[in-house]
Amino acid sequence: MRATIEVAGLCKRFGQTMALDGMSFTVEPGQVTGFVGPNGAGKSTTMRVILGLDAADEGTALVGGRPYPGLRDPLRHVGALLDAAALQPSRTGRNHLLWLAHSQGLGARRVDEVIERVGLGSAAGRRAGGFSLGMRQRLGIAAALLGDPPVLLLDEPSNGLDPEGIVWMRGFLRGLAAQGRAVLVSSHLMSELEDTADHLVVVGRGRVVADTSVAGLIAAASTGRVALRTTAPSQAMAALAHAGAVVAATGRDTLTVTGLEGEHVVAVLNRSAVPFSEVSAHRATLEEAYMELTRDAVEFRAAGQEAAR
Amino acid sequence: MNTTTTRRSGFARLLRAEWTKFRTVRGWVLAMAGAALITVLLGLLSASGSHTSCDGACPAVPVGPGGEAVEDKFYFVHRPLNGDGSITVRVTSMTGQKRLPDSTPGSRRVASGVVPWAKAGVMIKESMKQGSTYAAVMVTGAHGVRMQHDFTQDVAGRPGGVSQRSPRWLRLTRSGADLTGYESTDGRQWSQVGTAHLAGLPDAVQIGLFAASPGDLTVTPGDFGGSSAASRFAAATAVFDQVSLRGSAADGAWRPDDVGVTLNPDGSPHHPGGFKESGDTYTVTGVGDIAPLSDGQQIENTLTGVLAGLIVVIVVAVMFITTEYRRGLIRTTLLAGPRRGRTLVAKALAIGAVTFVIGLVAATAAVTLGKAILVANGNYVLPVAPFTEPRVIVGTAVLLGAAAVLALAVGTLFRRSVAAVITAIVLIVVPYILATASVLPAGAAQWLMRLTPAAGFAIQQSIPAYAHVLGNYTPSGGYYPLAPWAGLAVLCGYAALTLGLAVFQLRRRDA
Repeated sequence: MRATIEVAGLCKRFGQTMALDGMSFTVEPGQVTGFVGPNGAGKSTTMRVILGLDAADEGTALVGGRPYPGLRDPLRHVGALLDAAALQPSRTGRNHLLWLAHSQGLGARRVDEVIERVGLGSAAGRRAGGFSLGMRQRLGIAAALLGDPPVLLLDEPSNGLDPEGIVWMRGFLRGLAAQGRAVLVSSHLMSELEDTADHLVVVGRGRVVADTSVAGLIAAASTGRVALRTTAPSQAMAALAHAGAVVAATGRDTLTVTGLEGEHVVAVLNRSAVPFSEVSAHRATLEEAYMELTRDAVEFRAAGQEAAR
Repeated sequence: MNTTTTRRSGFARLLRAEWTKFRTVRGWVLAMAGAALITVLLGLLSASGSHTSCDGACPAVPVGPGGEAVEDKFYFVHRPLNGDGSITVRVTSMTGQKRLPDSTPGSRRVASGVVPWAKAGVMIKESMKQGSTYAAVMVTGAHGVRMQHDFTQDVAGRPGGVSQRSPRWLRLTRSGADLTGYESTDGRQWSQVGTAHLAGLPDAVQIGLFAASPGDLTVTPGDFGGSSAASRFAAATAVFDQVSLRGSAADGAWRPDDVGVTLNPDGSPHHPGGFKESGDTYTVTGVGDIAPLSDGQQIENTLTGVLAGLIVVIVVAVMFITTEYRRGLIRTTLLAGPRRGRTLVAKALAIGAVTFVIGLVAATAAVTLGKAILVANGNYVLPVAPFTEPRVIVGTAVLLGAAAVLALAVGTLFRRSVAAVITAIVLIVVPYILATASVLPAGAAQWLMRLTPAAGFAIQQSIPAYAHVLGNYTPSGGYYPLAPWAGLAVLCGYAALTLGLAVFQLRRRDA
C-alpha cells in the first residue's frame, strides 16, 4: 500500500452550514503534514470522512488509493487518534488495546509492545477512567500504532499535554515520519506544529487556503520586507522612495521598507549619506503567516457570500 | 512492517474483539452472573414455597404410553379377547347429571345434562392397569363421534348426539396392533372414523363398553381481568344394545369395573359409576375421564426467576452498545470494523452467545434443583416426554439470548440507555406480565402472547393444551396460544428484524 492520503473535492453540509466546501489535498509519506486551521474550519470532519465515519456529500477520500471501509484489517493500514477520551472508564488501558488488537487479528504481545513504545508502562493495567489526559493521549497513540500502520491521522494530539509531553509528542511524530510513514496531524494552533511539521495544509471555512512546505510559507510571508533603524527617518524615506521602495514608519526611528532587498537598501542609504544604525530582513513567524492566511480566507469567504447574494 | 497475525476471518476477529470487550468490563460480567443467580434463586424460592401432603402416601398418578401423566378413570364393562376380533354396539341414549353448587349446606343439588366431552362407547385396552394403552370409538356430549387412543390422540367422526330416534352404531376391530374404528347411523352402511397403532399391544386384551364424564368446568372472568375456573362432579350414562363380539372373546358374563374410582375414608367409592343389564340392553354410568392430566407442578414452574434475570440481561445488552455511544467509543469500534453491518452483527452475536450460555446454566440449575425441591416437598411434578425438558431449558436460554440481541438492537437505534432499556422492557417483559398476571381478559392475553416478543415464553410450556380436553387454557395458567417453537420463532423474528433496522440506521448515520 502506498502511504498516502488523497482528499479530493470533499463537500459536506450540516443543515445550513457548509462544513466542507471543496476540501482537496494530498498527504505524502515520509513527512509530518500539519493540518491547521481555526476551530470549525473542517479539520475533524475531514478526518472523519477520510476514516469512513462520516459520509461526504461529494468528493472522495482515499487512503493508499482505497476508501477506508474497503480496507481489510484497517488498523494495519491506518492508525488514528480522534478523541482520546473515547474509552470505557471501567476497562483497563491494556484491555482497551487488547480488544482492538483482537479485532485486527493481533495478539497480546503486540499490545505490550505498543504500551512500552508510548511509555505507558504499568499504568496500562489501571482502569482508563482514572487516566490523566496525558495518559489518555499516550493510550490513544498506542492504539493508533497497534497495527504498525504506514498512515497515521492524529486529531489535536498535543491537547492537554504538559510541556514535557508536547516535546515527547513532537519527537515521536518526527520519528514516525522518518520511518517513511505519512503522518497527518491537526491543530488549531500553528505554534504547536512549528517544529513538528514539514508540510502544511492550512484550512479555513471548509477548504484549503494554503498547501505548502513550512519553509515556503515563511518565505512567502517574509518576502521583501526590511526593517531599518535610523536617526534621519525623513531623509531615509525620501531616498528609498526615490529608489522605488514603499516605506512605512513604524516608530520614532524605525522604518519598514518593502520592495527592495536588504543590500539595495544599504547601498541606497550609503549613496545618499543617510545615517543608519541597523538594517535587518524582517522574518515573519509562522504564526503571523498563518494569521494572515486564515484572515484572508475569512474575508474572502465573506466577500464571496456577499457577491453571491 | 511486520505484525503477528492469526489465521482468522474478519468476522471471527470482530466476534473475538466483542467478546474481549464484554469480558473486560467487570460490571457486565458480574451483572450477567447476577442474572443467572437471581434466575436460579427466585426459581428455587418459588419451588420451595409449594408443599403438598396427602393422608399417608400420595396416590401414584398413572402415566400413559407417551410418558405423560393421565387421568384413567371410567366405568368399563369388559371381557378378555385373545388375538384379533371386534366389538359392535348400538348407542341409543346418552344422558348425564351435573352437580350444582349447594344452596343449603348438606343438601346436594344436581341437574341433568351432559358435559361436552362426556364419552361412552367401545374400547379395547391392554389391561385393567391405569395408563395402559387403548383405543376407543365413542359418542360424546357435544363433539359427535370420536376415535381416541392413548389419551392424547383424538380423531373426529360425524358430528351430532344420540337419541332413541337417531341412534349410532359403533365398531372397533383389532388386527394385531392395528385398531380401526367405524361408525354407522343404520347398522348397515359403515364409515371409518380412524385407525390406531398400539405398539406392543399383547395378544390378550380387554374389550368392552365404557362410559366416562369429566367434571363440569365453569370459567368465570375475574372482576379485574383474568379468570377463575371451577370443576364440578358430572356423570354420563349411556344405553347400549345389539352388542356383538367377534373373535376369541371369553364367553360368559361381562365384568364391570369402576376403573380408578376414588375411595372414601370408609372404603366406599366416591361418586361411583354403575352398570345395569336387562336382556340385551346394557346401561353404563361413568364418572371421570380418559385423558392427559394437567393437575400438578409443571417443570417450568421452576423458571419463575427468568423474568428477573431477563431484566438484568436487557440492561446489560443495552449498555453493551449505549456506553459506546456515550463515550464516543463507537467511532473506535467502527474504525476497527468499518463494515458496520458485520460489526454490529458480531456484537449482537457476542452478547447473544454470552446470554445463551448464562441462560443455559441458570435454566439447567433452576429446573434440576427446583424439581428436586418440589418433589421433596411432596408435590407431584407432571412427567414430560424425553425431549421436553431439554427443550424447555435450551429454549429458555435461546429466549434470553434472543432478548439480549433485541435489546442490543434497540440500544443501537436509541443510542441512549434509559430510553432503550424502557423500550426493550415494554416490548418483552411488560406483555408477558400483563398476559400472565390475570389483569387482562383471556382473549387479550392470548393476542399479546401471539403478537409481541413475549410470545417466546411459549418455549417454556411443557404440558400441551389438548383440544379434546376442556381446560382453562390461558396464559395465566401457563398455556400459550402458539406452539413452543412457533412462539420462540416470533421472538427471534423480532430480534432479527430489529437488528436489521439497527444495521440500516448504523450504516446510514454519521458516527
